Amino acid sequence: MRSLIDIQELSTEEINELIAVASDIIDNGAKYSSACRGKILATMFFEPSTRTRLSFESAMYGLGGNVISVSSAESSSAAKGESVADTARTISNYADIMVMRHPKEGAPLVAAMNSSIPVINAGDGGHNHPTQTLTDLLTIYREKGRLDNMTIGLCGDLKFGRTVHSLISAMSRYTGVKFILISPDELKVPSYVKRDILKKKGIEYVQTTDFESVIPELDILYMTRVQRERFFNEEDYLRLKDRYILTPEKLANAKADLRILHPLPRVNEISVAIDNDPRACYFKQVYYGKIVRMSLILKLLEVNV
Amino acid sequence: MNIDSIKNGIVIDHITAGKGMKIYNLLGLDKLDCPIAIIKNVNSRKLGKKDIIKVDSDIHVDTDALGYIDPGVTVNVIKDCKLIEKKNISLPAKITNIIFCKNPRCITSTEQELPHTFRLTDTESKVYRCIYCETKAETK
Repeated sequence: MRSLIDIQELSTEEINELIAVASDIIDNGAKYSSACRGKILATMFFEPSTRTRLSFESAMYGLGGNVISVSSAESSSAAKGESVADTARTISNYADIMVMRHPKEGAPLVAAMNSSIPVINAGDGGHNHPTQTLTDLLTIYREKGRLDNMTIGLCGDLKFGRTVHSLISAMSRYTGVKFILISPDELKVPSYVKRDILKKKGIEYVQTTDFESVIPELDILYMTRVQRERFFNEEDYLRLKDRYILTPEKLANAKADLRILHPLPRVNEISVAIDNDPRACYFKQVYYGKIVRMSLILKLLEVNV
Repeated sequence: MNIDSIKNGIVIDHITAGKGMKIYNLLGLDKLDCPIAIIKNVNSRKLGKKDIIKVDSDIHVDTDALGYIDPGVTVNVIKDCKLIEKKNISLPAKITNIIFCKNPRCITSTEQELPHTFRLTDTESKVYRCIYCETKAETK
């Protein structure tokens, strides 16, 4: 029995296998439509989320399985003071696989340590969110046909954005990847990410505050939202939130096969005028998110199709 | 200075000078009623100076705790006045309830019953991280 708490737990071969199965689901969807018949997925969301919860639920229904849900901490026994360990032991009797989002870092790991069914971490505070990274990897793979030899621009909040750190870590496994890190000085990638991942693996990277001059180099542009909740001071948030806004003018010199990704929700960092540009992929990314979760559910339930 | 040799018990040797008392407290040796000697600032060829603890009782020693506080110590097990085992203690891969996570966002901050476990993530710089939230342990 296996859980997924941190993307680092997956070997490169396993990631490639998840992507291969996901690609097969896209190409031959019908053969998966009852792969999980009779199986139950429990979604335990102790923190608000729309897309991640619905994505998991839709993924399970897409495999012919069933879903039971806890949609907030207030409506669960956590409100009565039940521990994560006890909740996990209990849910193990009701479902075959569990998805957990929790405001406390490490809660899904505690659930996995005490559960007799696989646990998927759907976000633990600002810590890990492995299925977002799998979504990003599948999107890049499907849109570019490869995961190696490309220049990836990451733009916006590179300091607090957990998706950015996980993506850097995951893409660092592949050869010929170069990163261009675009952010205001206040929101630069933390030094431990540079030291422990980029420098350690000898990966080429550039840090810049100048968005427009680097756009022509990029194969992937990963935009992020500056998150209000990360700031103690409203003034700092207001000053930084509109620093980088992607508009059609800024794409004038971009490559024709550039792909623009965003973990969503978007606020205003990507102009809606770009939504119909063939290079915009952020809504396709939502679709890929569901597909890669289907692939992950199959893997953790050890269902072979 | 003469200290009797022990019959059945342990000798913790090669303790970094000055850490003897810390180890005495950490291992809960103050709670024992057998003879215990803490010898401080003994001349050592290897370390210059070292501390030694002798316990005249066959006790269980938490070698993980010991290795975290002072990697490089040795634990000699004595039986019938003879040395029967010599353990070289190095940095443990995992430690539990020796240090505590102070990250207010960590699950251990709200669930008091959880063991505080840290994993050695960088042997060279002796970095331990909380297994739940990956927060780096404060230097000892």
